[in-house]
Amino acid sequence: MGLKENLHNIKEKNKDKKWLPAFSALHTFLYTPNETTHSGSHVRAADDLKRTMTMVVLALIPCLIFGMFNTGFQHFKAFGTPVEFLSMDAFWFGFLKILPLIIVSYVVGLGVEVLFAVIKNHEVEEGYFVTGMLVPLIVPVDIPLWMLAVAVIFGVVIGKEVFGGTGMNILNPALVIRAFLFFAYPTWMSGDKVWVGGAAERAQEIADGANLDAISGETILGSLAQGKEVLYSVSDMFFGYIPGSVGETSTFLILLAGIFLVVTKIGSWRIMLSSIIGAIVMGLIFNGVVNAGWITEGSKFYSLMSTEFWHHLLIGGFAFGVVFMATDPVTASQTNKGKWIYGFLIGFISILIRVFNPAYPEGVMLAILLMNVFAPTIDHYVVQGNVKRRLKRLKVKTA
Amino acid sequence: MSQDIQIKKGLDIKLIGEAEKVTENAKSCSVYTLKPEDFHSIVPKLSIKIGAKLKAGDAVFYNKANEEMKFSSPVSGEVVDIIRGEKRKILAVKIQADKDQEYVDFAVKDPKALKADEIKSLLLASGCWSFIKQRPYDVIANPAKTPKAIFVSGYASAPLAADYDYVLAGKEKELQAALAALSKLTSGEVHVSIGKSSNSPFSGLNNIVLHKVSGPHPSGNVGTQINKIDPINKGEVVWTINPQDLVIIGELLLTGKFNAERIIALAGSSVATPKYYKTIIGASISSLVEGKLKGNNNRIISGNVLTGRTKSLKGSFGFYDTMITVIPEGNDYEMFGWNLPVFNKISTSRALTFSWLFPNKKFDLNTNTNGEHRAFVVTGNYEEVFPLDIYPMQLLKACKYEDLDEMEQLGMYEVAPEDFALTEFVCVSKQPHQEIIRKGLDLMLKEIG
Repeated sequence: MGLKENLHNIKEKNKDKKWLPAFSALHTFLYTPNETTHSGSHVRAADDLKRTMTMVVLALIPCLIFGMFNTGFQHFKAFGTPVEFLSMDAFWFGFLKILPLIIVSYVVGLGVEVLFAVIKNHEVEEGYFVTGMLVPLIVPVDIPLWMLAVAVIFGVVIGKEVFGGTGMNILNPALVIRAFLFFAYPTWMSGDKVWVGGAAERAQEIADGANLDAISGETILGSLAQGKEVLYSVSDMFFGYIPGSVGETSTFLILLAGIFLVVTKIGSWRIMLSSIIGAIVMGLIFNGVVNAGWITEGSKFYSLMSTEFWHHLLIGGFAFGVVFMATDPVTASQTNKGKWIYGFLIGFISILIRVFNPAYPEGVMLAILLMNVFAPTIDHYVVQGNVKRRLKRLKVKTA
Repeated sequence: MSQDIQIKKGLDIKLIGEAEKVTENAKSCSVYTLKPEDFHSIVPKLSIKIGAKLKAGDAVFYNKANEEMKFSSPVSGEVVDIIRGEKRKILAVKIQADKDQEYVDFAVKDPKALKADEIKSLLLASGCWSFIKQRPYDVIANPAKTPKAIFVSGYASAPLAADYDYVLAGKEKELQAALAALSKLTSGEVHVSIGKSSNSPFSGLNNIVLHKVSGPHPSGNVGTQINKIDPINKGEVVWTINPQDLVIIGELLLTGKFNAERIIALAGSSVATPKYYKTIIGASISSLVEGKLKGNNNRIISGNVLTGRTKSLKGSFGFYDTMITVIPEGNDYEMFGWNLPVFNKISTSRALTFSWLFPNKKFDLNTNTNGEHRAFVVTGNYEEVFPLDIYPMQLLKACKYEDLDEMEQLGMYEVAPEDFALTEFVCVSKQPHQEIIRKGLDLMLKEIG
């Protein structure tokens, strides 16, 4: 058995080398290390951070593959040559579109991670495993690769490394990347030209004088925000045969992934459940306002407000955000009670932003980022409850 | 006012190699060792020189901060070596045992007739004081303070732990004498906890409040019991003592002798035939395990797998320990160990780890960390195995950034490192919880006292 011994010898010989973390990242990918316990408990449970993160990536894979089919499906449909959803044509088109996004995301992101690990002399941490897979799934398929690269560098450096790396960041790095794209390159992140593969190119050709039909593919949220009619059925929304960011469209697969994460105890069921409750509550409030006649059809908020409350769970990035982003343990509330409050407010604020800010119809990204900022505050008050209980105990004694 | 304790949060780590309930005498051991490191935070001053002849119960060293507090030789014999480390710090005192044991005569006492001060000075002079620990700080009790209560856990829930019902059988008289004496040292009660369905020798005794405990480990940890029965507030002190040490104190009162004998369990998957052995505190590890192990890539632990100390064959049995565990070392690589399904290790998640499917399976765990050290990432999993009314991760972090106020507010006075053994076991980031808590307690002891 040569490989194990050879790798071991390389590690032992180069213990003091600067580049060792880069080698270790590959080494530990192949083999769990031969490290034994030195202090405290002599035995340890089977889980480590790599396993934890891998579970989330595993849960993302179905969404990714579905995204490839859907990208192709939406493209051919918009260009007037529709194909079967589960066809090789659709998949291959999507595959060739999305693979570069994945490569750019991982190569650039991990490059930055390895660089920081080498400079700061620590191991390469696993956080980017998940972030790197999330990023291609939450951007429009036609996003230029250089933009993605710039955003990834920004997200990893400013979103994470400046705070000290995995475990120390305040904001979810994947959402920082998306928010960066959103505010730096808004024309590539919203509107009706970015959600269908090839639509932006076609628009450019038309602008250059080509005599072609313009291609447009609006997301459901985009249509609602402009008061247009929605052309998709509820079952399309649920199963995800709709335009949108690569991985966010299939609520069905996201639901399965959510169940997987809850069963494996990797994702917090408290956050997922309370987010859904929060969204339903906000949706019901808006439905109530419409039913009470406080708002007329002329209002620009009317169509989103009157959207049935449970449709909000199916459209846009809500489900994806709640299952994969809100549950990031580092940036979420860390106490069990805090998780309920944190999740509820994410759901509540997502729908609030969605309805009242038609310029940014995707509320879930902003809601999660906002609650990321407030999570430590929520935890502070939850923990203070425990502290007060302890003080009270003392007072009862001394009184 | 008996109060039963039921624990829900926790984890029973079921391991192969439970000791069979048969007691043998350990092989004779010629050299016994007393190690100051067993007595955390004590600065020792030697009372003897190399070549001194000692009886069992004669002081070997005393506490620099409190000269009354002696640490006694467990055997009679000759001091053959004093091992020192950096700055002449005393690491170990080695005593060659005599063939026939002689004991210092501390005189037979009637615990009921003794006054609190007399009991204290007897315990201090005989070396038995060292068995009494205090919280906060998990160190040997300060004799100047009166504890609000004394806690004894007569229920061992740790992995493979020696069964107290078995090792204490027939020791009712000694236990009663010790408890009667100790009950005079506290302003409150002596709380003794026993297993819910156990046949404990404690159950018929006087001078105590008996509690029945049920639930997974750490239900048997005295820290868990304190938290559920009468949690420690700022400014309060409680004492804790192990049941087997009560027997030694009881024997001191009843016979006047310091008899440091105890029955220990030799357990673990690397032990050929796990069973109980009668030995004396400070005995050499080799006298207990030699010829009894399987394979030669093992870790010998004085204590249980969660809180014990690593020992070599040349080492000696820890002062407070009641068992030796031997498990295989895990110093090997495992291909794709981080993503393949796992059936042979324990996990509290279900991340392709399947120990949850087999709740009664006994595992053969080794010492591999199963992953590398990382920053705190995952949340909520410590709480599942941590029954105290304390936020474990927040307290650990407070210890790491050494915020004394926050440590105090979050309950640092109530905890000992052993309370964090299970959170350490399940920690995905492989953080050294017990070490962090120990350092935090030491810092508080130094700064607040």
